[in-house]
Amino acid sequence: MKLVEEFEFGLDAPICITWELTYACNLACVHCLSSSGRRDPRELTTAEAKGVIEELERMQVFYVNIGGGEPTVRKDFWELLDHAAEHNVGVKFSTNGSRIDAAAAARLAASDYVDVQVSIDGATAAVNDAVRGPGSFDTALGALERLHTAGFEKPKISVVVTRQNAGQLDDFKALADTYGAQLRITRLRPSGRGADVWDELHPTSDQQRSLYMWLLEHGDDVLTGDSFFHLSAYGEALPGLNLCGAGRVVCLIDPVGDVYACPFAIHDEFLAGNVREPRGFEGVWRNSDLFTELRRPQSGGACESCGHYDACRGGCMAAKFFTGLPLDGPDPECALGHGEGLLAARGEDLAIPAPAVDHSRVKPSRLREGGPARPPAKVCDENPLADFLARS
Amino acid sequence: MSAEIALDGPWRLHPQVALRPERFGALAYHFGTRRLSFLKSRRLLDVVQGLEAAPDPTAACRAAGVADAELPSYRAALRTLAETDMIVPACGASLADSESNPPQVVAA
Repeated sequence: MKLVEEFEFGLDAPICITWELTYACNLACVHCLSSSGRRDPRELTTAEAKGVIEELERMQVFYVNIGGGEPTVRKDFWELLDHAAEHNVGVKFSTNGSRIDAAAAARLAASDYVDVQVSIDGATAAVNDAVRGPGSFDTALGALERLHTAGFEKPKISVVVTRQNAGQLDDFKALADTYGAQLRITRLRPSGRGADVWDELHPTSDQQRSLYMWLLEHGDDVLTGDSFFHLSAYGEALPGLNLCGAGRVVCLIDPVGDVYACPFAIHDEFLAGNVREPRGFEGVWRNSDLFTELRRPQSGGACESCGHYDACRGGCMAAKFFTGLPLDGPDPECALGHGEGLLAARGEDLAIPAPAVDHSRVKPSRLREGGPARPPAKVCDENPLADFLARS
Repeated sequence: MSAEIALDGPWRLHPQVALRPERFGALAYHFGTRRLSFLKSRRLLDVVQGLEAAPDPTAACRAAGVADAELPSYRAALRTLAETDMIVPACGASLADSESNPPQVVAA
């Protein structure tokens, strides 16, 4: 049996998990997949979070991708990092960089168990700040500079590919090289607030093909989290596992302990359970009805007769769900264009599923005024970094 | 590089590597290089786990029940693991540098 087929039947424990530590965030990115902003009062306590780490160690989940929200705003963030290291759980955390001061950079450089990924969504301030907010580009680059100075080896620069930045891939690569960093590019999902801006931000089909060619050329030293496997239908498979791992080899733990099939599917439909249940995370992973169902052979539906089905496996479940397309049909960004027709044929009255939870402070429904090509037009825009700037 | 690695003498799992048996074989994770490897059979897992007790990798293969005809493919799999520092000579320096890597699949 091919490895991919083995994985489709699920593993005893996830290969890795994504753990959003908090919904609190000092930015308000227009495409935030977890609709973050305000802290949820039901957030896992320090003791509960440590319990999850210990359970991951018992299950031999070797590493977790920690995100949020902005995970570093949790008061116990460093304590939890230390706890993970003491319990043989490797951590890669995503940050907007606002809390990575010189001391934090030095601390990170001294640890073997922690990897850092700084998010930017444009290779220039104009393109980035239109999505992530005024000043966020300089903040991220400042963090990378401090990590570099502290001797932190090979941090990641994490980029969500959009229509506005798809032409900047070489620039992102050059930027990563400047800071001794490794580039990681991932797919824009119509999840969370991403659903509101997806039509405006998702790459065109021409851009997708260019991206595919670029990945074939650079795939060996650019990380993708396997998020572009739907593009394998263009021809040669991209490096990586090329399957939807949701509930089979990966899952998400959200800040209140809810376990979802994947980080891009925060919706009741994909909720398997909660780590606070008596059966714990392990019980949810092994026995929840949802995950059991996801590990059964899935129907390719309309895609099954397509000659490329083996390459793309029908694409991303979350991308289909949050654009209102059937789960057993083509991905909205199907390389062969089968998604575009379905998107166009959606009825006016179609109710697109809304995310289960929304912690947005403000809800920007489109790119910030001025568009990506120009700096923000309104100087009176609330600066999401105000708290940070006032302190430093 | 693979041609240069002599799989002679005693070898062992890198001290920073953890193994997790699965139905198909095992996951091997290196906490230093952060590389994940998939060992594609239970027998390969047996070989890797038996390295330290064996005088050399070939003996570890035989102890795990690898037939002579299969030896070359098992040695090739071990060489892949050696190149990525998942296994190391029981005394001596490791071969790979430390960086973050995408997962690799290792079949025998």
